[in-house]
Amino acid sequence: MINMIAALGRSALASVMEMGRSGIFLYHSLVALPAPRTNFPLLIRQLYSVGVQSMMIIIVSGLFIGMVISLQGYTILVDYGSEQAVGQMVALSLVRELSPVVTALLFAGRAGSALTAEIGLMKATEQLAGMEMIGVDPLRRIVAPRFWAGFISLPLLSMIFSVVGVWGGMLVGVEWLGIYEGSFWANMQASVDFGEDVLNGIIKAIVFGFVVTWIAVFQGYDCTPTSEGISKATTRTVVYSSLAVLGLDFLLTALMFGDL
Amino acid sequence: MRPLSLRRNVGQIIVQTMNLLDDILIHIEGLTFTRNDRDIFRDLSMQIPRGKVTAIMGPSGTGKTTLLKLIGGQLRPDAGSVIIDGQNVPRLGRSELFYLRERMGMLFQSGALFTDMSVFDNVAFPLRVHTQLPEQMVRDLVLIKLQSVGLRGAENLMPSELSGGMARRVALARAIALDPDLMMYDEPFTGQDPIAMGVLVKLIKSLNAFLAHTSIIVSHDIQETLSIADYIYLVADAKVLAHGTPEHLLGDELPQVKQFMQGLPDGPVPFHYPAADYLDSLMSTDVRR
Repeated sequence: MINMIAALGRSALASVMEMGRSGIFLYHSLVALPAPRTNFPLLIRQLYSVGVQSMMIIIVSGLFIGMVISLQGYTILVDYGSEQAVGQMVALSLVRELSPVVTALLFAGRAGSALTAEIGLMKATEQLAGMEMIGVDPLRRIVAPRFWAGFISLPLLSMIFSVVGVWGGMLVGVEWLGIYEGSFWANMQASVDFGEDVLNGIIKAIVFGFVVTWIAVFQGYDCTPTSEGISKATTRTVVYSSLAVLGLDFLLTALMFGDL
Repeated sequence: MRPLSLRRNVGQIIVQTMNLLDDILIHIEGLTFTRNDRDIFRDLSMQIPRGKVTAIMGPSGTGKTTLLKLIGGQLRPDAGSVIIDGQNVPRLGRSELFYLRERMGMLFQSGALFTDMSVFDNVAFPLRVHTQLPEQMVRDLVLIKLQSVGLRGAENLMPSELSGGMARRVALARAIALDPDLMMYDEPFTGQDPIAMGVLVKLIKSLNAFLAHTSIIVSHDIQETLSIADYIYLVADAKVLAHGTPEHLLGDELPQVKQFMQGLPDGPVPFHYPAADYLDSLMSTDVRR
């Protein structure tokens, strides 16, 4: 019994210490603005690697999710003669919920795991230690550009997801199922509010971008520098990010739309 | 503001000049470092003379690489001081530490080359980051450094295309790119064929002579290290076991020193890891799961 309580205490202490380390890590990474001359090209390279290279999976997923919502919405709404509202349904569910959440989950799986593995491997091969001994802070040179790239990319990817999703919904609803195109767009335009729906969706994506990228770069930097350690860190990135996104999504939704 | 900064600069110059007069570059006093409840170093003291090649030797697992990390500020000791040119490394702030490291070079056991950069860019990296030199001058300096390690022809290769010995020589060229005051070599001879080992021994010796810097070599390759070291510290059991010139240590009668220097398989440092009685273990019916 005593051993069990001690183990529980140790585990709790380890979690608190890990959270503390991640906070200090973030502070050191972001406390000083990176030198624009040297770090701007690094940021551009990371934006390409983290953002542009994630676009394909985001576009394809957005398209199919938009199409599925449209199809499902039509089968339900047509019974009530309200199939004209499919556009409204597709747009609201995408911009409010699905775009930021699904983009963040896909981003964690595609870019987050890659960031963790890359930084972890640099640690295992002593590249980070080598950089430190050259007098270059790896937190600013390696971590900061990757963090900012993730933070900037995710909201943009989420917007792309919404646009492609709405287009996919239109393809199914209007082109395939024959909903009148004017009603599809007019209902959407009338019901989607920029401030309440679009902006709130973007705020969610910004929060998710911050959290997912923070988890990914920290897990890479803090991992045990062995092949097993990197593998575990990569898994932790995906699991922690997914749980954080879903938990935060509920919290943010309650704050934004819950009228609490 | 100007007179104050002038006074501070003059003060720094005086301190640095006084430090240069000190024959000792690194003073390590009462160093204690613990990892997982195990003492790696207990009240360890040593002095690294300026401009000489000092070897830190000892059996595997005695914390030689850890000592280099403590000198370079990558680890912080539990107690004690590591003073380099008047600066106590464990007490330095993050930016001061990175500033001090610009005067250090370190050759890692793995080479630690940046895998996304070519050989040329690896060697150019410290020059591009820490100096404002024009690219033409960076190119010339990189070629000079690569020529000194015999790899000027490999400038366009990627690290994955290099052999282990070549990678270590490129890493050496990168480590000396800024002509550091202090060079630290972590097991430079491990895993090298006899030719590469001979090349590295010659390089370390000639670089130390030409660049007039202080070198610390962590190694357990006795012959190679004895051939270039001016002074040796033998570390074991969390403390300095013996120190002196190579000749002095070769003649030391202390059993542990004798065993290490002569490479005897058994002695005060046992060959076998502590275990239960051999016969008892063989006769036991316990099956490990």
